[in-house]
Amino acid sequence: MPATLHLLVRRLCFPIAILPLFLPSLLCRAQEKPYFVTYTHDLEEPGNLEVETKTALARPDGSGHYGATAMELEYGTRTWWTSELYLDGQATGGDSTLYTGWRLENRLRPLMQEHAINPVLYVEYENTSGADKTILEVVGHDGQSDLAELNGIARREHQHEAELKLILSSNLKAWNISENFISEKDLNHAPWEFGYAIGAARPLRSESSGRDCTFCAQRFIVGAEAYGGLGDTFSLTLRDTSHYIAPVIGWQLPKGVRLSFSPGFGLTSTSLNRVYRVGLAYEFNQVGSLFHHSAGGAQ
Amino acid sequence: MIRRGLAILLLAMSATLMLCAASSSRWSHVPAKEHERSNPFAGQPQAAAAGDELYRDHCIGCHKANAAGDGHKRPSLRSERIRTASDGDIEWFLRQGDLAHGMPSWSSLPEAQRWQIVAYLRSIQ
Repeated sequence: MPATLHLLVRRLCFPIAILPLFLPSLLCRAQEKPYFVTYTHDLEEPGNLEVETKTALARPDGSGHYGATAMELEYGTRTWWTSELYLDGQATGGDSTLYTGWRLENRLRPLMQEHAINPVLYVEYENTSGADKTILEVVGHDGQSDLAELNGIARREHQHEAELKLILSSNLKAWNISENFISEKDLNHAPWEFGYAIGAARPLRSESSGRDCTFCAQRFIVGAEAYGGLGDTFSLTLRDTSHYIAPVIGWQLPKGVRLSFSPGFGLTSTSLNRVYRVGLAYEFNQVGSLFHHSAGGAQ
Repeated sequence: MIRRGLAILLLAMSATLMLCAASSSRWSHVPAKEHERSNPFAGQPQAAAAGDELYRDHCIGCHKANAAGDGHKRPSLRSERIRTASDGDIEWFLRQGDLAHGMPSWSSLPEAQRWQIVAYLRSIQ
């Protein structure tokens, strides 16, 4: 682990670790759907900060088991604008553990009203290495062979990528239905790559029981998502593309903690056979108002 | 000429007053169909209690524990504006939010839970 990373981890982990000590009264319950790849039009509430880890566990053919984690810091800048920073890392059995890069993304709602279908524009910059295995999206001809390379070789490849998504999402009664159209470009040399993600989810019970319970049906959200690559501008075809289908379940625990789990199943020979995902999220309410009096819902 | 000028001025003032009146009433934007909707949980104390729980989860951060807001851009929910609104108006507003002025959309909550919040808001007036 390079010295700069040690420094970064020390600088980030300490404030995050002590934040709960200073914010005992500012915890609230997150309201997000348990998708791992699909985005909805539900943005972070202004002034709130959600800290989430998304871990992917898999074993590509010809390689060892790996676990890749993305730590996500999601902040509600405005009601119509959410910003996120991701820090990625992975550990591969029989190989090594390493930090694989960062991502900065912004999601913007261009329409201020709620419609049957709500668009959100997503813009992301990624500065990752080829050893990144978080699979937060699947594009182009991404496949399990990309995940089977030795870390020592894969880390030498630097990816400076721009990613644009059109998120279309609907909340109907208790259901959420979302579709994402993804385009990604390595800013160095590669063609535009395309992908998709779709998801549907709903709580097990739509009414609140009014009890402060842990295992009530309304605390569980279930659904499924599907995602995959659609080729690139050099080869706009589904040949050698990966596709997955993944049931998802989310559990909203008391004290602002949310757990999510998703077993993903590969649908083509290029895909991983299975990828298990685990998410753990914690939301801090109105963090922005600690730094700026008028932050939060007051914009 | 003077009479014509006065008429134009009067017309402009009337239009301004009408616009002010319209903008002061948030509920004037609510479609008639939504305005007329009634709360399926109306008159159910347990729905108000569930709404109280939901209020604590989602609204308390901005509108405070006593629903009095901060007196500025996070308004009090114990107000004439809420008292004069229909149940349908409030549910519509929760669903839509007012993104330009800092109120998030709560369309991510199931519709039944938005109605439970409406029941709670009614109970605290």
